[in-house]
Amino acid sequence: MTARFGVIDPFSIEDFTNHGGYDVLKKVLSMKGEDIIDEVRLSRITGRGGASFPTYLKMQAMAKETGEKYLVCNADEGEPGNFKDKYLMERDPHQLLEGMLISGFAVGAKKAYIYVRGEYQSAIYLLEHAISEARKYGYLGQDICGQDFSFDIEIRQGGGAYVCGEEFALLESIEGKPGRTRVKPPFPTEVGLFGQPTLINNVETFSTLPHILAMGGEAYGLLGSDFASGTKLISLSGNVRHKGLYEVEYGVSIRQVIEELGGGVPEGRAINMVQLGGACGPIIPEHLLDIDIDNERFEIFNSKMGAGAIIVIDDRFDLFEILIRTMRFFEHESCGKCAPCREGHIQIVKLLEKFYDTMVTKKDYESLVSLANVIHETALCGLGQTSTTSILATVEFFQYYYQQRIRQSERREWVQS
Amino acid sequence: MQIIDVLKKYPAKETSLLEILLEIDSLKDNHSISKEEMYVVANYVGVEVSHVYSVVSFYTLLSTEPRGKHIIQVCKDVPCYVNDAFDVRKTVERLLHISLGETTRDGLFTLEETACIGCCDEAPAMLVDLEPYTNLTKDKIHQIIDAYRGVKTSGA
Repeated sequence: MTARFGVIDPFSIEDFTNHGGYDVLKKVLSMKGEDIIDEVRLSRITGRGGASFPTYLKMQAMAKETGEKYLVCNADEGEPGNFKDKYLMERDPHQLLEGMLISGFAVGAKKAYIYVRGEYQSAIYLLEHAISEARKYGYLGQDICGQDFSFDIEIRQGGGAYVCGEEFALLESIEGKPGRTRVKPPFPTEVGLFGQPTLINNVETFSTLPHILAMGGEAYGLLGSDFASGTKLISLSGNVRHKGLYEVEYGVSIRQVIEELGGGVPEGRAINMVQLGGACGPIIPEHLLDIDIDNERFEIFNSKMGAGAIIVIDDRFDLFEILIRTMRFFEHESCGKCAPCREGHIQIVKLLEKFYDTMVTKKDYESLVSLANVIHETALCGLGQTSTTSILATVEFFQYYYQQRIRQSERREWVQS
Repeated sequence: MQIIDVLKKYPAKETSLLEILLEIDSLKDNHSISKEEMYVVANYVGVEVSHVYSVVSFYTLLSTEPRGKHIIQVCKDVPCYVNDAFDVRKTVERLLHISLGETTRDGLFTLEETACIGCCDEAPAMLVDLEPYTNLTKDKIHQIIDAYRGVKTSGA
């Protein structure tokens, strides 16, 4: 997926086609839609945006629907610590277009949108250029590659709201409304954009499709591990020597990514904690780093690998200052539609500040845990359901820090009284 | 460019609303959407003005309050924070003599915070008018702000 990064000029469609680009599309156009979806099924690929839902199931559901259908690419990358979609759009924009064309053909959609966050101006510029080139060369528009297939892509830019990466909020935003989620079901493949069936996938999921169809689903399915197939882009950041984007096969451990690819922590410091997936992911201690990056195995954290961020935090930082930053993010980004998320995060930040200031009681601790559980269980959309993962995980793996802070607070109280 | 010229570029539908507002914002020196403009836009796309206001107030990139000509947005999230040895925000605040959320008296700069901007591999980072500046150092921030002020710096 990253093979063409830095090799081709992202402004040049000819560079792309000289490196095998759009070959898969031409091949696929002679296939039946259901056969394409079957290849996707055999590949065992799951959505790369974070929720890891089997991609073929969405495609099947879409293919069954009739009438006007839409394809939407979710490029509202805003999860702290993730930058893979930016790279995919800026270094190989036509790869994404090819993946969208293949999906559109397979499920019978003619119109697609790419929803790019407003902060990614250079990605928007590159994609706009790529789309106009693709139209010029007959890869978009009417009768693509001389076949009876029409397809067009339009870019929509976001207005700086993280929640718009949530699928329904994103659709609302494309429709010109504030990005507030809807109640599901119905799912977007039934009632989506403008009330029509809509297939929404992440940039990375679409960008993987040409490779699956090139290799064949079965061969792709052999890559990776028993739990998850294929390759994953990992955004590595924080306190590591070589921050950056890495494409790895599923099955590698988090430690391998940090030590072997990232070169470990600089200045001889030690890893204190690692945040996985982004702000909505768990924070785990150093001794758990030997687990795979597979989504399945993340169930022990009651979480998923998400979009593939690994944020390394060294021993200079306090757990609670990291948690406060993380929860302030959600406090700001909550859309305000449901009460647990809107009100809950405000209170969580206040409680965490008490921990940070060593002015906390056992009762505060209990409130924090119960509130985190309530938000997790009752919030309407993925934002609130995952936002407190870092708290729930650290309560389990860093219980010592919580208890220590409570004891220190009690001692302080006692000394002062 | 007049607001009318912006409107003409987009179909008169609710779906164009966010795009229209973002373009108006980008054309205005004070990066805000006025009440009058909200009425004009509401009228054009055929929605209530309250709906336009709800969109303007929902999205971080839009504002009803006048802002500076250049908007500096410092990333506040963890990947930048753990790589920020000198405090980017404070450095900008001291340079411009404003605090977060304020605009300089000459109307040139507004300082805001932003959620992660996907520059984590080149942290710490900030945006000026949505243009990313990465691997920031104190000197670099001085140079960037001087460049926006139109001041010529001697040497690098």
